[in-house]
Parts: sequence; C-alpha cells; structure tokens
Amino acid sequence: MTITEAHNPAGVTAPSLPLAMVLENLVKFFGRFAAIRGITASFAPGRLYVVLGDNGAGKSTLLRIVAGLMEPSQGKVELLGAGKIREVAHRIGYMGHAPLLYDELSGMENLRYFAGLYGLHDDRICKDAMSMVGLDAELSRRVGQYSQGMRQRLSLARAVLHNPELILLDEPFSNVDVRSAREMAAVLGQVRDKGKTIFVVTHQAALMEGIADEFVHMSAGQIVAREETARRADDQVKTTS
Amino acid sequence: MTTLTMTRATLLKDLRMEWRSKDAINSMLFFALLVVVIFSFAFNPTAEESRRIAGGLVWVAFLFAAVVALNQTWARELRNQVLDAYRVSPAPPNALFLAKAVGNFLFVVVLEGLMAPLFVVFYELRSVGPLWQLIVVALLGTWALVVNGTFFAALSIRTRSREIMLPLILFPISIPALLGMVDATTAILTGEASPDFWIKMLAVYDVVFTAVCLLLFETVLNAE
Repeated sequence: MTITEAHNPAGVTAPSLPLAMVLENLVKFFGRFAAIRGITASFAPGRLYVVLGDNGAGKSTLLRIVAGLMEPSQGKVELLGAGKIREVAHRIGYMGHAPLLYDELSGMENLRYFAGLYGLHDDRICKDAMSMVGLDAELSRRVGQYSQGMRQRLSLARAVLHNPELILLDEPFSNVDVRSAREMAAVLGQVRDKGKTIFVVTHQAALMEGIADEFVHMSAGQIVAREETARRADDQVKTTS
Repeated sequence: MTTLTMTRATLLKDLRMEWRSKDAINSMLFFALLVVVIFSFAFNPTAEESRRIAGGLVWVAFLFAAVVALNQTWARELRNQVLDAYRVSPAPPNALFLAKAVGNFLFVVVLEGLMAPLFVVFYELRSVGPLWQLIVVALLGTWALVVNGTFFAALSIRTRSREIMLPLILFPISIPALLGMVDATTAILTGEASPDFWIKMLAVYDVVFTAVCLLLFETVLNAE
C-alpha cells in the first residue's frame, strides 16, 4: 500500500470539490522588474499540470507565490477553496529547487522531523514515503553523503509525506539521471491517479509525456498557452462513452 | 500540534545536528578560551583587582563567543533552503524561534560551565557574595543575550554580510542587559553592593524582549 492510499482510502477526488487553484490578476515585482505580469487562471483538481517555459519566464516565482513563500505585489491566490494559504498549508506539499533537507541527518531522521511539522508521528508514514520513491528506509547514511538523485527522491518523499492534496514541484528532475527521473515521473503519475493535483515546473517536458494532463506554457511572466495532452483527451473520451 | 511539541522536536533536531557537527560549541569554546588567556596576559591583575574587572571580562568573553554561535543558528536552515520547508508547513513560527533560542541558551550555558573554572584559575577569583546569585545572573543574562541574538540573527539572514550585521544590531540593544550582567556580577564578586536591582532589571529585560521577539518573529520569518 502506498502512502497515498493509507491516508485516502477512497483515493478519488469528488467532482464537487472546489478548484485546486485560482489565480486572479497575479503580479510580482522585483524592484522595477515584473517577474509575473497579471496571471489570471484556474486549475481543476486531480490533474497533473506541467509548467514549461524558458529561464526567467516566472515559473519558479509563480510556484513560490502559490506555496506561500512569497507575497504577490498584486492579485489573489485561492488554493483548495481557501483565500489564505496558511489555512490550507497542511494540504499543500512543496518541493523547491534546493532539496530542503538537512545534510547532517539521515533520510529517516529528516522525514521524521518534517512529518512532525504536520503533526504526524508515525514512523510507518516516513518508511512508506521512502519506499514510494525507491529509497531504503534503513539507510543510515547522512543526506550530505547522498547522490543528487537520491536527494531529489528524498525531497519528493518529504513533499508528499503528509499526503497533500496539492503538490508543487520545482524542477524535481534537475541533476537526476534519466532512469531515476522516469521513475520519479511514474511516481507522480501514481500520486495524481489517487486524486491529487500536481504542478511540476520542469524543462524536461519529454519525461512527462503520457503522464501529464496539461502543459502550461509560460513566457515573460505570463501564461501564454495551455495545452491538454492526448492522455487527457483519452480520459474524456472514456468518460463520455 | 502545539507550539511546545514543535519547539521540542526542533530543539532535539538542532541538538542532534550540533552533537554531530560541533560547529557552534567548538568555535565558541576556542573563542572564549582565547579571550580568557589573552586578557590574563594583558592585565595580570591581583585577586582584588580581578574581582572588580571580572564581571566585565567574563561577559564580554561570553558575548563575543555567543555571537559566534548565533551566526551558526540560522546557517543550517539556509543551507539547502530548509527554512522554506518550515515556512510552507503549518507548524507555528514561534516554535522555531523558541527552539533556536533555547538551543543557543543551552550552548552558551554549557560554554559558561566549561569556562567558569578557567576564569577562577586565571583571575584567582573568589566570590564574596552568595554563589547562587551568580548562577541567577548567569541564567538571566544568558537568556537576554540569546533571545535578542536569535531574533536579530534571523533578521539578518537575508543580508549579504550577516556576520557583521548581527553584532552591529545586537550589541547596542544588549547594552542595558550587559550593564545589568556586569554590575550584578561585580556586586556579587566584591560583595560591596546588592545585585538585587540588576537582577530584577535583567528579569524585566528578559520578559519584555522575549515577548517582543515572539510577537515579531513571524513577520521576520516571512520577510522577503
């Protein structure tokens, strides 16, 4: 049983749930530079969105605003039906560009601490999260001695540890070898299939082909295109028939 | 999830990491040791003179040594941007502040425990006043230093030259506490005056600054 199943036996998001994310005229200035320029968009729950764009397009800034790590200069963010991100913080998982892990602690020690931040004190949850990303929970090595790929996997385990409904991932495949990246992408697909909403910021769109529901293209601080994937179209056909 | 539970978990995590790396305690120890030895060569005081100047020497040594530890406090949270993981969680921000302050308090108290015998030997110190009062002054004074130090270290983590910024902000605001610590210690060591006023002042200083730091920490933590 995966960690997701353990916390959501039904495993499916009801259609009556509110939108996963609503962005209203979102603007973010750094000094005089506008990194985000008036984004208005809404995102349905239970889907995997892949955010693409060149460097400096505003992808990471957008993700940090949505995660509550940055205040927008203008505009509103509504997550899971709540106007204040802090109110739904326990329902959001965030994986940053950096691993967000303590080098001096082992993988399990890291996860135990981060699980504690969400009021979870069951070792089984941490072990399940580690095995979900293909890491050995018994590994006593400190994270500082992990390879880059192992760090990224552990970082993903940390982000989904508390079974969040909305998962925000910033460059989860950077510095990860192709095989590990594919495995991580497959894990994301499984998590989405349990009804979670996932946003993945990446430059490696090819990895998400066949897994993603929608590609969101960003350029110069704006969402310039949204493209439903073939996978999504297949699902809609199945639903209609 | 209560503030107390999270404070405890974060404190234990920090103590475990310090036990493994010994970053803060080693730098503090060497720094304080240098100050004790160099001052003893520079002044070479008699026992009587020592009692008069020791209050100042002891607290200046501990203040500078504490700054070394305080600079380390948030460095661990900045590496790998781990602080972001705390910020996106629903854990109370004040639990993080309290854990850091209590952790620093423990490190500095351990340092004081290790350095006190050296001060006694190098400066031939004998306390005329009651020893328990010295312990009270040490505890109150140490908390005064670390509570502000932890707060201002958090305030300066996003500045480029944070290691210079911290003493620049911390020392001026610590002057009343430092005065209290030095005068109370001198009063106890010489037995010439009562340290009661300074002890009360330190207690009030601790309460006021702890409350202010707790009130403002969330803003500091989430500042960009």
